[in-house]
Amino acid sequence: MIESHATTEGIHGHPALQHHFENMEQQREAGTIGMWVFLVTEIMFFGGMFLAYALYRSYYPASFASASNHLDITLGAVNTAVLIVSSFTMALAVYFTQVGKQRPQVICLALTLVLGLTFLGIKAVEYHDKYTDHLIPGRLIPSAPFGPAVQEEGQPLDHHKVHLLPGATLPQVEMFYWIYFAMTGMHALHMIIGAGLLTFLLIYSIKGRFDPEYHSPVEIVGLYWHFVDIVWIFLFPLLYLLGRHFEHG
Amino acid sequence: MSEHIVPVKVYLAIFLALLVGTALTVVAAFIDFPWRLNTIVALTIATIKATLVVLYFMHVRYGTRLVWVIVASALFWMAILFAFTFSDYFTREWLSTGY
Repeated sequence: MIESHATTEGIHGHPALQHHFENMEQQREAGTIGMWVFLVTEIMFFGGMFLAYALYRSYYPASFASASNHLDITLGAVNTAVLIVSSFTMALAVYFTQVGKQRPQVICLALTLVLGLTFLGIKAVEYHDKYTDHLIPGRLIPSAPFGPAVQEEGQPLDHHKVHLLPGATLPQVEMFYWIYFAMTGMHALHMIIGAGLLTFLLIYSIKGRFDPEYHSPVEIVGLYWHFVDIVWIFLFPLLYLLGRHFEHG
Repeated sequence: MSEHIVPVKVYLAIFLALLVGTALTVVAAFIDFPWRLNTIVALTIATIKATLVVLYFMHVRYGTRLVWVIVASALFWMAILFAFTFSDYFTREWLSTGY
């Protein structure tokens, strides 16, 4: 979409209008619909993983709560807020493109990109914590196979150890971490792709390529960005929060 | 152009609602609700937040009917995916033969 520069200026008006569309509005609507169809396939893709999570959680509730409680709730909550702010700046970027204000548009796109990278940075810190606690499942890292220390009753509380609730077992805790890394990893991959798309938008935005008539690239990347935000809106409570009340109730 | 431009005020209101929702879901997670209601509470808040994003940030509220149909189709297929899979897994133990 971004590369579309038809040479039909003079006949149809706008330089970005492709020859197979009647006008800019039709072109924009077609682009939006195409993006939504793609997002439906994405919803089904993530849906399969959410299904796997739901099934295993219902089979191993105590183990999933124990594993979930080991995650850092503060980092998870901060990351949720970071993503929501980035969705807000993305929405504003679309708005400023629609009303034809280039400077705020560039600023909003840059902010969105920086916030997206902040999310990935915090995620990297979390992944590293899991690595040092030997929570990377299986032998994904051959030198550090899965094998966390277990918190025993009566010992001083150690946040690097997994506290097993009654009925929980380590193999089932490992299952949680397979699902955790699959889902957050896929989400992070989508964030990386989103950051790449935003970089392109930012370059074209600085060049002044977008205007109120031609803003579908901003709109469409915005749809993608908000979708990735929605995935995290579900991942955060499901992965980080659902077991907490067993320990603090 | 018959396009609807969402005012900044609306974006701001949705943004604040999303932040409040995030705070609520964290607070609710530490409360021990009866009958396993914690899952229901967390999913309800998440669904409300997602709906706000879809309707306003993603402009579906002002979108064409075709966009509505496409979004609805995603929910429809997800419902089939979950309903059919759960109806299998949760009824397996009804059989005495095991699985």
